[in-house]
Amino acid sequence: MGRLIYEAVIDGLLVGAVYGLMAVGLTLIFGVLDIINIAQGILVIVGAYLSYVLSVHLHIDLFLGLFITVPAMFVIGIAIYWAFIRPLRGAERTSMSLLATYAVALIIEGVLYWVFTPGYVELRGWYVTSSIRLFGFYLPYIYVFAAALAVALVLALYAVLYRTRFGRSIRATVQDQTAARLVGINVNRVAALTFGIGVAVTAVGGMVYGATSGGFNPNSGYDLISRLLAIVILGGLGSIAGALVASVFMITIESLVDIWSPSWAIVVFYAALVIVLIVHPSGLLGRSLTREQ
Amino acid sequence: MRPRPARFLSLAAAITASTAVLVACSSNGSNTASSSKSPILIGASLSLTGDFSTDGLAFQKAYLLWQSDVNSHGGLLGRQVKLIILNDGSSPTTVASNYQKLITVNHVALTIAPFSSLLTQPASAVAARYGYAMVNGAGSTDNVFISKSNEAVHNVFSPSLPVDDYMVPFVNWIKSLPPSQRPRTAAYPMVNDPFADPPVQTAQKALKALGIKTVYSKVLPAEVSAYKPAADQVAASGAQMVVLGSPDVPSVNAFMQAFQQQKYNPKVFMCASGPDQGTAFLSAVGKANATGIMVPNGWYGAYNNPLSSVMVEEYIAKYGGTASDISADVAEGYSVGEVVADAVKATHGTDNKKIIQYLHSGVTLNTVQGTVHFDSLGRNVSPNAAGFIFQWQNGSYNQVLPPGASGSHPIIYPKPPWGG
Repeated sequence: MGRLIYEAVIDGLLVGAVYGLMAVGLTLIFGVLDIINIAQGILVIVGAYLSYVLSVHLHIDLFLGLFITVPAMFVIGIAIYWAFIRPLRGAERTSMSLLATYAVALIIEGVLYWVFTPGYVELRGWYVTSSIRLFGFYLPYIYVFAAALAVALVLALYAVLYRTRFGRSIRATVQDQTAARLVGINVNRVAALTFGIGVAVTAVGGMVYGATSGGFNPNSGYDLISRLLAIVILGGLGSIAGALVASVFMITIESLVDIWSPSWAIVVFYAALVIVLIVHPSGLLGRSLTREQ
Repeated sequence: MRPRPARFLSLAAAITASTAVLVACSSNGSNTASSSKSPILIGASLSLTGDFSTDGLAFQKAYLLWQSDVNSHGGLLGRQVKLIILNDGSSPTTVASNYQKLITVNHVALTIAPFSSLLTQPASAVAARYGYAMVNGAGSTDNVFISKSNEAVHNVFSPSLPVDDYMVPFVNWIKSLPPSQRPRTAAYPMVNDPFADPPVQTAQKALKALGIKTVYSKVLPAEVSAYKPAADQVAASGAQMVVLGSPDVPSVNAFMQAFQQQKYNPKVFMCASGPDQGTAFLSAVGKANATGIMVPNGWYGAYNNPLSSVMVEEYIAKYGGTASDISADVAEGYSVGEVVADAVKATHGTDNKKIIQYLHSGVTLNTVQGTVHFDSLGRNVSPNAAGFIFQWQNGSYNQVLPPGASGSHPIIYPKPPWGG
């Protein structure tokens, strides 16, 4: 039993980091734009397909390919913002954004079906099935690299937010858009760039998801979005570190319950969300804390 | 704006026309062949998007292939067949409203089933309400047959084998091994799926009776994140045999990845579904890793059956590719059309009541999946129905069980190491 618990905790940490990678963009976009990007799940899949194209057709390693897919997803994010999000105005903006981003998800799904067909594909690399033995348990390289990447990504985002002029603009916009405009910040530009960054990081999550999920197709995004939303709500909407902490926390709990009853694992996943929100309504690292940072 | 008399006449004409349509449709789907030479409308709802879209699109190809084959041979009873296919998005709610629409708005004469037991059950309940027969190719779990509507109307018919029996040849093979060569322990991870789990549960019961110890048996939620922890637990159990209740290629591949990561290789690896997806499976997991993996299937591209051979040729002519590219979904869908065609010809019309009676009359029909003979709940109980176990062997998808059956290859046992 001890070994199973140990393995479950390791699984939770590693798999949780993968989900954290996918959730970071979602929470960043909410933090700045106050919109829930329902299309985040399908954008993860777009990131996975971009890695697939580079890997299969140009034989570029999955991790090296990120130097191409991350900028590509940034451009896609900017385009989505200008076409679908920017025109939304008024008090209903947040709720309208749900519909707009859902429409974006449907459009992208249709395009992916058209280009890639419904067949499942997967991402391959030597690190996907290889592992290193540590304390009697084999740690898969892909998860180790993904966990390291997740931490590095969060640190990089924090560096951008707290060590750059652009980051100050973002934080000012998060705190008060009107005041930010008054001090000369181009709020529209900040919002567009933030949306672009939020989508760009899905390239990383998409690559890791594509390599660890066993296969994906254009429909796989829907499996992701409910879980990603639960993670960012638990972590505290708008909190980047919260997304990573929440995903590791929830997936670890799920893995532990899985030892006794996999059917209950998913129930406990969402029950943990409810309990944390009752005790701490703003999530583990909620918005108030984030803004104080 | 048109003058009032004209609008009144239009309204009267519309009411008259509607009344005529209602009268025409009040015969409970009992159009007869002699009524006209208009096409026979057959309605279906398929999962063209959503979770089951891979299979739904394969079914669409099968239904359309059958339609073109029938029409190129003069149609049914001299009438062309016209399929009306709606998209249910893999939703059990949408599928019910789709069949409601097909029957009451499109006024189809016959209905054929959607993909999967999950969708066939609500679809057949709607069909039963209107007295329509529901021939289905991929809805052969117990909840489809043993439902209130089917027990009342007996309108469901499946030319495919009942799902529960899929792994019977596999169990018989294990039974035939000398006790010293049988696996001693087995793991049964099952992804929560109405199609994937029943055959594994049946096999587990039978293998337990043979003295094979169960070291892992759990039903997993159909969530990608659930697969790795479960696979790691199976690996930790060291089971000599894994019988996986898998619904698709990704679930099998996720387990395979975790097994390789944990340096675990069972002697027997049997999957409910996934490896039967031909090149889609092979390209996902790689040729070397696939060798030794087994899967039950009722049909495959090289199945030795004259009707099947013709269908394969016609499929390739219409859609391209090779025989090994054709999934079992296509045969399941095509055989639905064959059963419908036989019933329409035998009853000389599209009266659903007569069709249901005919299919329950004990008649034996031939389809691309082998012979069909329905029991009182519409299950195919023909002893000659196609029910085989296949194994990937160095990139080839070979029939291996039953051992004496035509086309069976020697089985690879134990399973070779991953990548070898």
